[in-house]
Amino acid sequence: MELDDRPLLSGLGFCLRAGDLVQVCGANGSGKTTLMRALAGLVPLADGEVLWRGRRVQRQWSRFRAELLFIGHRLGLKTGLTAEENLRLVAGVKAPVVARDWRQCLLAVGLGAAARMPVWQLSAGQQRRVALAQLAVSPATLWLLDEPFTALDPQAVAWVEAQLQRHLLAGGVAVVTSHQPLSAHLGARQLELNVQDVD
Amino acid sequence: MGLVPLAGLICRREWLLAVRSPAQVLNPLVFFVLVIAMFPLGISPAPEVLARIAGGVIWVAALLAVLLSLESLFREDRDEGVLEQLLVSPHPLPFVVLVKVLVYALLVGGPLVLMSPVLGLMLSLPPATYGTLVAALLLGMPTLFLLGSVGAALTVGLRRGGLLLVLLVLPLYVPVLVFATAAVDAAQLGMPVRGHLALLGALLALMLVVAPVAAAGALRVTSEE
Amino acid sequence: MGWLATWYHRWASPPWFYQMSGRWTRGLMGLALPLLCVGTLWGLAFAPADYQQGNSFRIIYIHVPAAMVAQSGYILMASAGLVGLVWRLKVADVVLRNCAPIGAAMTFLALATGSIWGKPTWGAWWVWDARITSMLVLLMLYLGVMGLGSAFRNEQAAGRASAILALVGVVNIPIIKYSVEWWYSLHQPATFRLTEKPAMPVEMWAPLLVMVLGFYAFFGAVLLARSRVDLLDRERRSRWVRSLVAEHAI
Repeated sequence: MELDDRPLLSGLGFCLRAGDLVQVCGANGSGKTTLMRALAGLVPLADGEVLWRGRRVQRQWSRFRAELLFIGHRLGLKTGLTAEENLRLVAGVKAPVVARDWRQCLLAVGLGAAARMPVWQLSAGQQRRVALAQLAVSPATLWLLDEPFTALDPQAVAWVEAQLQRHLLAGGVAVVTSHQPLSAHLGARQLELNVQDVD
Repeated sequence: MGLVPLAGLICRREWLLAVRSPAQVLNPLVFFVLVIAMFPLGISPAPEVLARIAGGVIWVAALLAVLLSLESLFREDRDEGVLEQLLVSPHPLPFVVLVKVLVYALLVGGPLVLMSPVLGLMLSLPPATYGTLVAALLLGMPTLFLLGSVGAALTVGLRRGGLLLVLLVLPLYVPVLVFATAAVDAAQLGMPVRGHLALLGALLALMLVVAPVAAAGALRVTSEE
Repeated sequence: MGWLATWYHRWASPPWFYQMSGRWTRGLMGLALPLLCVGTLWGLAFAPADYQQGNSFRIIYIHVPAAMVAQSGYILMASAGLVGLVWRLKVADVVLRNCAPIGAAMTFLALATGSIWGKPTWGAWWVWDARITSMLVLLMLYLGVMGLGSAFRNEQAAGRASAILALVGVVNIPIIKYSVEWWYSLHQPATFRLTEKPAMPVEMWAPLLVMVLGFYAFFGAVLLARSRVDLLDRERRSRWVRSLVAEHAI
């Protein structure tokens, strides 16, 4: 695939079966984020294709997207709203959940009182926790998490890993980019990206 | 999720945001009033002169106020990644854009429409024309926002996007400006205004169909940058 | 429909486009130059003077063709945009992006000649005539497409964004034109208008026809030549361009 006309990733192929977790690693600038965005359908591929359940995603966008949870670099939170409102009104567009359950999600990620503060007042780690709280209730089969552990404390990392494990056991699949090793019991496959030298 | 609850969520979100930071809604209104206040100072305070140009002045000011507000239509959503989430959601993007633009038009354009008779009064516009002025604004304002949403979507990711947005959108505003000011002029002369308003309505109907599709396509393109 | 598929595949392939556009450019230029020379001479020297405007009317031999090409250029640009969006053709993208500056130049030429014509006709360099005003809006639309295209870093995104804008523009152009004409008729009823003349005699419109054909051929030649160079630049990493360069290297 190309970025700004510059070949960025090529000769890349992998396949996910139910319960599979792929960890994408690689140096800064190796194209991890671009790969995630391409998988989510945000960036077109110059060459090659993404298949979902055996069919090209271009032929079934709405079905594919209904089964997708993407949490990118930018968290997708309105900073002017509180954590609770964000889950209800922003994340709720993807996964409609009753308000009580969202509150429980936020408690589970360790945001009790902070849930009623506007998101811009929260720390980077807390903001990420708000976005990741979706993991607890997301009905999606495919999780694409771009650097989910950035700014998280060990407790929160453990919570995210527990969610991943639950998701995989239920037959879900996930692609995670991260520099830090995931705990061994998740059985993640490693996908190493190399920085491509251009000309 | 059905389309109606989805629209409900978007409306509620935009409403909450507008209530929390009213500047986004109030700034265009203040701008609108200030621009109009410059005309008597720049041209002449004579009531007959002002009454002659009032319709055009109010509309040009409204055009500029709308343009000013358009840049923030998608920008914040993009910076926060909310736009990305909409792009990967299974809902039809044109519908989401349509709802968002209409809510935005109501929040930003609504106060302008409400304020316009007061400004008409200040520009010595005969009171008999206020009805036409408001009706033309009600029909024309959503068209401005819909057309503008295409420009806003095309420039959302760009540095120096603001000025480019003006260049892209302003030429497309010509028909609305022409029909709307003609309606006000006709009302002043005591001529029928139904035809002008019907043309504005037809434009609105066309843009309700065309603009969300174009803006949604544009958002997908700019998200690649 | 077989021929259509073959035709489409050929024009969609950059190497084929590069090769064919070379021939077409030469052909069109070969057509344009004699037509323009003959038309100019005929129009300026041999066509009869207008009974009302005298010799100043002769500027229509540039004004009218430029305005026509400027308007059809936008339609061509939007069509290329549609093709590029639907079939994701690089060639269509390149044509679209190169149409804008030529179209803008033609629009500017039409505006400038219209303004020069206005001086003897109305006694003013600029008159808010319906036709001139529409041309002014058209110029802004062209400048918008150019500005948008150059603001993107990603060439592909630039092409698709310009295509969307061109399509929205083409939907609006008839409305803008109609609204401007209507606006003009409201404010200035029944005055003399440019180019709307009752029945021009043959000696007058024949050179005009030659000039119009010449302008179209010229437009096509310049468009193809520009697109050709642009395509080479964009495809500089592809195999066919490399082998082409290797062939011509000294």
